[in-house]
Amino acid sequence: MGERRERAMLQQIIDRRLSGKNKSIGNRERFLRRHRDQIREAVGRAISGRGIRDIDQGENITVPRRDLSEPVFGHGPGGTREMVHPGNKEYVRGDRIERPQGGNGSGSGNSSASPDGEGEDDFVFQISREEFMQYFFEDLALPRLLRTQLTEVPEWKSRRAGFASDGTPNNIHVVRSMRGAMARRIALGGALRQRLRELEERLAQAKRDPYTLPNEIATLTADIDTLKRRLARLPYLDPIDLRYRNRVREPQPTSKAVMFCLMDVSGSMDEARKDIAKRFFILLYLFLTKHYERIEIVFVRHHTQASEVGEREFFESRESGGTVVSSALELMLEIMAARYATSDWNVYAAQASDGDNWQQDSPKCRELIETRILSRVRYYAYVQVVEEEQNLWQEYSRIAKGHTNFAMQKIATPADIYPVFRELFKKEAAL
Amino acid sequence: MSAALAIRDEQPLPCPSDWSFELIEEYHDAIARTARRFKLDTYPIQLEIITAEQMMDAYASVGMPVNYRHWSFGKQFIATEKSYRRGHMGLAYEIVINSDPCIAYLMEENTMTMQTLVIAHAAYGHNSFFKGNYLFRMWTDASSIVDYLVYAKNYIAECEEKHGIDEVEALLDSCHALMNYGVDRYRRAQKPSLAQEKARRKDREAYLQHQVNDLWRTLPRRAGKQTEEAQKRFPAEPQENLLYFVEKNAPLLEPWEREIVRIVRKVAQYFYPQRQTQVMNEGWATFWHYTLLNTMYADGLLTDGFMLEFLQSHTNVVYQPAAGQRNYSGINPYALGFAMFSDLRRICEAPTEEDRRWFPDIAGTDWVATLDNAMRNFKDESFIGQFLSPRLMRHFRMFAIRDDEDESELEVTAIHDDNGYRCLREALSRQYDINHREPNIQVWSVDTRGDRSLTLRHTQHSYRPLHDGAQEVLKHVGRLWGFRVILESVDDEGDVARRWEVSPPPRH
Repeated sequence: MGERRERAMLQQIIDRRLSGKNKSIGNRERFLRRHRDQIREAVGRAISGRGIRDIDQGENITVPRRDLSEPVFGHGPGGTREMVHPGNKEYVRGDRIERPQGGNGSGSGNSSASPDGEGEDDFVFQISREEFMQYFFEDLALPRLLRTQLTEVPEWKSRRAGFASDGTPNNIHVVRSMRGAMARRIALGGALRQRLRELEERLAQAKRDPYTLPNEIATLTADIDTLKRRLARLPYLDPIDLRYRNRVREPQPTSKAVMFCLMDVSGSMDEARKDIAKRFFILLYLFLTKHYERIEIVFVRHHTQASEVGEREFFESRESGGTVVSSALELMLEIMAARYATSDWNVYAAQASDGDNWQQDSPKCRELIETRILSRVRYYAYVQVVEEEQNLWQEYSRIAKGHTNFAMQKIATPADIYPVFRELFKKEAAL
Repeated sequence: MSAALAIRDEQPLPCPSDWSFELIEEYHDAIARTARRFKLDTYPIQLEIITAEQMMDAYASVGMPVNYRHWSFGKQFIATEKSYRRGHMGLAYEIVINSDPCIAYLMEENTMTMQTLVIAHAAYGHNSFFKGNYLFRMWTDASSIVDYLVYAKNYIAECEEKHGIDEVEALLDSCHALMNYGVDRYRRAQKPSLAQEKARRKDREAYLQHQVNDLWRTLPRRAGKQTEEAQKRFPAEPQENLLYFVEKNAPLLEPWEREIVRIVRKVAQYFYPQRQTQVMNEGWATFWHYTLLNTMYADGLLTDGFMLEFLQSHTNVVYQPAAGQRNYSGINPYALGFAMFSDLRRICEAPTEEDRRWFPDIAGTDWVATLDNAMRNFKDESFIGQFLSPRLMRHFRMFAIRDDEDESELEVTAIHDDNGYRCLREALSRQYDINHREPNIQVWSVDTRGDRSLTLRHTQHSYRPLHDGAQEVLKHVGRLWGFRVILESVDDEGDVARRWEVSPPPRH
């Protein structure tokens, strides 16, 4: 009777573990929204500070504590107050104690212990990869569909990988299962069968022996029957015998790609222009990661001469002097011939420049691209980071007319990058 | 049946470290049976198993199962998550909601021992406190709070849709700044049901607006009456509930804005008793988990291993570092509350001569009834003022320090000796008086005939000034009020010691 009453007190135990995850997501969104400016700034900093390959990660965001404060009325230092503390060791009434450090007026009793006001630290938190990409794309004015395509993980393919002890019926591996069943039957029935053999021998002997008592034969026969029945009761196929073909999901193996980043590092390419170029390269890289398992990036910078450099040097160095674009194209051809000659390399090239080229060089560039490069690359994209059209732009315009895998675009702000990609995606879909 | 029970009592409950639903039920039954021996009266109990992440969710929305959306909860969540991931803090091992049925969360990661501890602490300790304590009975309505929060969440989401997230957020920010001043301290709250609330809302909106319009009506005045009217104060009496005053009288708020002010005010009111009974509430819950589990151990229901794990955790909870120690950060409410209830029991059961002098009414009485009475009819301030015994002051080695701005040194005003007991007890009791802890700020006057400015008045105690955040808070008041707002800080002699002022930009 008592038991029933207790249970009535306990209305129920509810397992909430599977429901209502991420209840705070709406609050988090509001929090991020409120600090959008700081986040955007941090994302911008991260883009210029990170390598192209590392772009696809979360980021630490720092928000100054004062921007987060929720002010309420409270007492400040000053006036007279009395506080009770535990743990008296030596004081008696009337003792005078030096005011603890902490400055003008007084510490507010209990908190005066902390040496530097702990509330003053900046608030640092992490945004996830998705959130980071969202802010990255926000600047680029990419349509939503494209964003999701870019952040998507590559396609998966399932592959056989040995055997597993559970799975769906259509994956049952019959031979393995039967073999297992047989092994089990042998193992479990071994002792019984041995005993059975002994008994049968004794029975045969008893039958041969004329002095055998009839009831001994009867006992033996009965025992044998029991054993046989027990053996027959061993299941022919038990659920534990079943083996299933195991499948694991693996990223779809796709072919390899190499991305050439060509950039003009003459004096006129300032930080802002380089930043635009970098964003463009990043976007191309992200695009390629969606399609290719393995991507190599080759950085070629040039002024009057071209050289292959590391990523850091590529974005940070700055040299003055004239500009000969064809030097970079030639170097690219050399590298292609030396390292990426085989047909399983998909070559992409992206060139960023302010369009300022040595007068006689531009026709040569056009020729190089038309005759030698375009036939070997999947796609060649040229972005010019300034508005005026100079001879290189004019020459390139002539290429664009005749070739589908060549795109060019003037990009003045990061938002202009997208049209180039629209081209690119259109073509990718058609292929 | 009873025979079967007796037999089971002789052998301990199974005690693996992993919990299971069956075990939780079994332990709960044992706890419930033990609690009934001590006449603990509780709301029905609903135990919910949640993950660490859900615990953080609950943490972030001030422990409530639902709440409206606001960035500050997001900030709280991120901060909690960060320190949890770094291992800086274990999550509080319990969150319990003052609702009917009383919801107690059990975290998935806990061992069976911890789950038992939480059930005893939260589902029996806190739960009986919620149901019994006069402040909770007076101010909160356990049966409707969850429904009300669901309503608040939906209403605010609706407002966000209609008026934009930014607008709602700004309003909530301002309301939160005044949340501690959204409480009726002395008047008894009314408790209409949710259905009534909803039905009334529409009427109220219309009526309120009408009333506000009335107050601010600018009729041509007759010359003769002017002086008389000018002298009529508004409000007639100073008002302590700033949010209520804003809700009813702010000239420019839209009806939906008034409703949101009201929601924040209601939530503040709900938490008001908790802010005043921290020591008692935690002390009561800790006392009962300790008493219940020890009784069960004495009955042979719990194993030694169980008790060791439990006691270790219990000891951590009631640890009180001494002043001056590195990890000292004030009095630990768990430690003080637990010690006081335990001491009260001791005074009832084994009073000394001193106890008989100090507590003639309770020394030697039935401890269960005495503790029950203390739980029901006191708050921290009065509980300490009434029941803190000399023995406990000696045990904690308490001492009081006076910090007077005008003197170069601090003075020890009382210690745990015959001369100091009463003084210490008064000082500590004051320390828990919410009116003493928080600045006393009230609505002083409104210039109804002039520029509509609102004047708030801070009445100082012992010359304690406001901190510099006041200016920021005042901006929020300005946003709600819509016109100039003035805050005067008046010292003990009645002189205005400091004055703040904000003039919000005109509303579109």
